[in-house]
Amino acid sequence: MPATTRTSTTARDTGAAASAAPAGPPRSRARRPRRWAAWGFLTPVTVYLLAFYAYPLYRNVELSLREYTVRSFVQGGAPFAGLDNYRTVLADPTFWPTVTHTVVFTAASLAAQFTIGMALALFFHQHFPLSGTLRALILVPWLLPLIVSASTWSWLLNSDSGLVNAALGVVGIDPVNWLTSPGWSLTSVIIANIWIGIPFNLVVLYSGLQAIPTEVYEASALDGATGWQRFRSITFPLLRPVSAITLLLGLIYTLKVFDIIWIMTRGGPTGSSATLATWSYRLGFGNLLPEFGPGAAIGNLLIVLALIAGLIYIRIERRQHLR
Amino acid sequence: MTTSTPRVWWKTAVGLVLTGLMLFPVYWMINVSFTRDQDMRASPPHLVPTNGTLDGYRAVLDQQLPYLGTSFLVGLGTVALTVALAAPAGYALAKLRPPGGPALSFVLLIAQMIPGIIMAMGFYAIYLTLGVLNTLPGLILADTTLAAPFAVLIFTAFMSGIPDELLQAAVVDGAGRLRTFWSVVLPVSRNSIVTVALFAFLWSWSDFIFASTLAGGGDHQPITLGIYHYIGNNNQQWNAIMATAVVASIPAAVLLVLAQRYVSMGVTAGAVKD
Repeated sequence: MPATTRTSTTARDTGAAASAAPAGPPRSRARRPRRWAAWGFLTPVTVYLLAFYAYPLYRNVELSLREYTVRSFVQGGAPFAGLDNYRTVLADPTFWPTVTHTVVFTAASLAAQFTIGMALALFFHQHFPLSGTLRALILVPWLLPLIVSASTWSWLLNSDSGLVNAALGVVGIDPVNWLTSPGWSLTSVIIANIWIGIPFNLVVLYSGLQAIPTEVYEASALDGATGWQRFRSITFPLLRPVSAITLLLGLIYTLKVFDIIWIMTRGGPTGSSATLATWSYRLGFGNLLPEFGPGAAIGNLLIVLALIAGLIYIRIERRQHLR
Repeated sequence: MTTSTPRVWWKTAVGLVLTGLMLFPVYWMINVSFTRDQDMRASPPHLVPTNGTLDGYRAVLDQQLPYLGTSFLVGLGTVALTVALAAPAGYALAKLRPPGGPALSFVLLIAQMIPGIIMAMGFYAIYLTLGVLNTLPGLILADTTLAAPFAVLIFTAFMSGIPDELLQAAVVDGAGRLRTFWSVVLPVSRNSIVTVALFAFLWSWSDFIFASTLAGGGDHQPITLGIYHYIGNNNQQWNAIMATAVVASIPAAVLLVLAQRYVSMGVTAGAVKD
């Protein structure tokens, strides 16, 4: 960041010049109180965190432990139900299929995003003319509002008039009911999600590649290593920490995915592309008669999964900093 | 560059093809937005909008301007609130070493990982009681959760780079901590403010979960709901849907053109998109 460096240097110069005359007497006076005074700057964000993270989360746990109806949701006084909502959810015949969809959706998305992102990062790392511009352009899918990407993919995958089926027809393959057949809906939303996630993987892995010193490659080139050997014995091991973080951030993000699936298929048909996130939303907001209790219970199961992934991420991150 | 020129251009050609493949859905969105209704279900589909129409964009002007206005206001509000909350916090965590600072950073990291759908349900319950469903401030307060933790982490990282002598010089000159923050730290942190503002705006502009749960029934609906209603209501008018999608993508495009280096800084700083 040249701009910051420049500003700070000039500012420091003038600051140093000004401070040269009155050498600092009031410096050591209030050291201990100053550390607590720092909380003056932290108070707004702390209050915000308590009011807008902690309290909604608390309400969510409370929702999952009581038996709410529409009336008691508005007026209060819902009876305490213990773990009933969780039992209802676990006993629901759609529970295990939905968990399976969530796992398949997450695993398939991550594997493809990472592989393609890695391939693109390696390719763009070769620095050819226009490589910087093209790499920036590939970011577009990641920056678009998810509803834009999801509706574009809905139309691309439309059974009758979609471009994908038209292209398959040219090769002689019969049209596929991408979004409307239970056998294909999950695949369709996975395809769209992979497309959205590739840029993120590309950018993070690319920055990891840039951190590998070029001398390592030069040495191996002298030893006569081929491209694939270099990737296997140098790039991949050196990139392992960055890869782990990319995958974990991807995992946290993919568990949260809701917009794409809801907009493309609403989790259907007949729940064939429902994940924990869309199921929770459907129970709370997708039906005329909301079932906030079970919806919140699923949400809390989801948060446990996300937090486990999150804690692993923080552990890996810490260990890397220590090194 | 040690490689010979022809090989390098061969790589550029492959790069162009790969980028083209990745961006094809974006092209298709633009193509469909110009396609006439009667050509919409043509077989095979028209690959370029020869006989193009502006009907879709006319529909945007007729029907979507209030949605766009709401999104714009919510975006600005989210940016203002995010920066106001996060910049002082970043300064404190980076430079003042408050007791409990590391714990707060940890909480912020965790907060980023909470799925939006869970927040939405809690917010809905609270907003219903407070009567702030379907209001602009309600949506701004909720959308700020998308960017606030990320913003504090970005500010902390950037402000740690400000030389301590600079701040001490200000103290020696008689400036209090508030004064130092306002007239030394903030001006020097311009780049991080731009990065945070861009992402806060983009995330609130793209938000669908909070919009559909907290503002779905009122007069203040953002553009993501404009598109969503289009998909639900008139399944036939895909040029209007795609034209709205194109218009809704403009902030992302502007951001990428004007502020590309801030974008990649934000992404590599460990951004988790909602």
